[in-house]
Amino acid sequence: MRLLKRNKSIPFNIGVTLVVLLFLMMACSLFYTPYDPNAMEPQNRLAPPSIEHPFGTDNFGRDILSRVMEGSKTAFLIGTLSVTIGLFFGFLIGAVAGYFGGWIDEIFMRFIDAMMAFPGILLAIVLVSVFNTGMQNTIIALGIMTIPSFSRIVRSGFIQVKEFDFVKASKAKGAGSMRIIVKHILPNVISSITVAVTLSFSGSVLAESGLSYLGLGVQPPDPSWGRMLKEAQPFIVSSPTYVIITGGVIMLMVLGFNLLSDGIRDLRDKKA
Amino acid sequence: MKYLLYKASTFTLTITFISIIIFFVFQIIPGNPAQIILGIDADEQQVIQLEEKLGLNEPPLERYIDWIKGVFQGDLGDSLKYQIPVMDILKDRIPVTFSLAILSILFTVLIGIPLGILIARTDGKWYSVVLSIFTQLGIAIPSFWFGFLLILLFAVILNWFPTFGYVPWSDDFWGALKSFFLPSLAIAVTNIAVVIRYLRNTILDQSKMDYVRTARVKGLSERSIVYGHVLRNAFLPVLTIMGMIIADTIGGSIIIENVFALPGLGNLLIQSITSRDFPLIQSMVMYIAIFVVIINFLIDLLYRIIDPRIRLKG
Repeated sequence: MRLLKRNKSIPFNIGVTLVVLLFLMMACSLFYTPYDPNAMEPQNRLAPPSIEHPFGTDNFGRDILSRVMEGSKTAFLIGTLSVTIGLFFGFLIGAVAGYFGGWIDEIFMRFIDAMMAFPGILLAIVLVSVFNTGMQNTIIALGIMTIPSFSRIVRSGFIQVKEFDFVKASKAKGAGSMRIIVKHILPNVISSITVAVTLSFSGSVLAESGLSYLGLGVQPPDPSWGRMLKEAQPFIVSSPTYVIITGGVIMLMVLGFNLLSDGIRDLRDKKA
Repeated sequence: MKYLLYKASTFTLTITFISIIIFFVFQIIPGNPAQIILGIDADEQQVIQLEEKLGLNEPPLERYIDWIKGVFQGDLGDSLKYQIPVMDILKDRIPVTFSLAILSILFTVLIGIPLGILIARTDGKWYSVVLSIFTQLGIAIPSFWFGFLLILLFAVILNWFPTFGYVPWSDDFWGALKSFFLPSLAIAVTNIAVVIRYLRNTILDQSKMDYVRTARVKGLSERSIVYGHVLRNAFLPVLTIMGMIIADTIGGSIIIENVFALPGLGNLLIQSITSRDFPLIQSMVMYIAIFVVIINFLIDLLYRIIDPRIRLKG
């Protein structure tokens, strides 16, 4: 809340608004969707937006708004869990590498470099191809994919702060490693981590939509925006609104989290 | 020289780690890989035959060494699905992905750099704000969805380009260019946005430097300050993100080839996953990763050659 009041930047506020709106949509879908997302109306296929169906209907006559709402659950779930996995292991690796330095750092960082040599969603594709598709494996794959960015940030935070006089002083006073990490290093890297959390969240949502579009991500009956786009592609000419709306929602979600992360970074830079 | 040695050793270490990761990941396929490849209905004789062919009975270390030898000698065994050497399949696919990547990077550089300079020079004006909004959208847009929108606008409504499909360069140069145009633009959109934002920030940072004030005091025109001094220094950091951009371009083409039905590596990768052609996937992923590491290594070297400050320091 304090962050909100102090931050008057327009992009940041747009980001917050988008994220809150999408979150409310997700929360709402837990209790209510206008139609059953899987109910088919064969006589009403690929209908354009109307009062009954604000986003139109898909190729089976299912209500697109209800399906988009349903899909937001998957997006939030995958974003949250994969970032949690990435943050946990990324923090561990980065903290150990940054705190101890030397050859431990060298080995850990070459390992992270090796992970980063897989461009884009290739690492996730490889993992999913071995472990099989589905919600759980998609989350694990995307979680692993976000480890490198966290570990790099945490590592550089640890290295920077380690050299500060107050940390050296408390080390000289005999403070233990754990105390130094929690009391001195964490507060200094927390804003960078927050920026990375929001960025990785949008990255995971984007990557999930790509994986599911390729048929390698979330599988039916679990809902997914990416798979909706895969289903929508053949009808791009006869029903362009289906494609435009579904992809637009993905973009708004990614945009919301990106703007949020920019806002937090600007705030941090201003403070510094 | 010391630096070069250090870089060469980290390069080797990274490649080794990559090969271990890839090899290890394909070892932990749950269940018997031969059984999974052949399906549940395969009889025992077939499974035993395939196990022998894949060398699954040998110890892992031996198989790893065999595979690494193969990777560097270009002998990767046969694809399970196509029953021909993996190298022969890759040979047909690489030019498609390569063309896409080159064209996409051209778009990124030719559109991203001029717009980045423009947006920095006109910082605060309304059109630079509008352009900033577009760069935010460009970063948030799913590339395959942008591909759909390009198809809808340029192929369906305006009818300027084919909706999908592939024309080889040797058949028809303009036809090939047309078939690669929309897909490379779809891959490039995010990178263009990234370059614009990055270049804007580095130019604005450089403009605050003392040497700019000195140049101004000396009476140099704004134009020659920007093009003669600021840009030279602002381009250097952009070079460092080029490695990331090239990697993203390769990653992006995995999805986009499937949107536009282009027979490149990305298309082959997804097909191989569906048909569980693990030897093919394993080698393809290894080559892509090696390529990315080599590009980053070269950019690192180039950076040192261009920037004397770093060259002299090490």
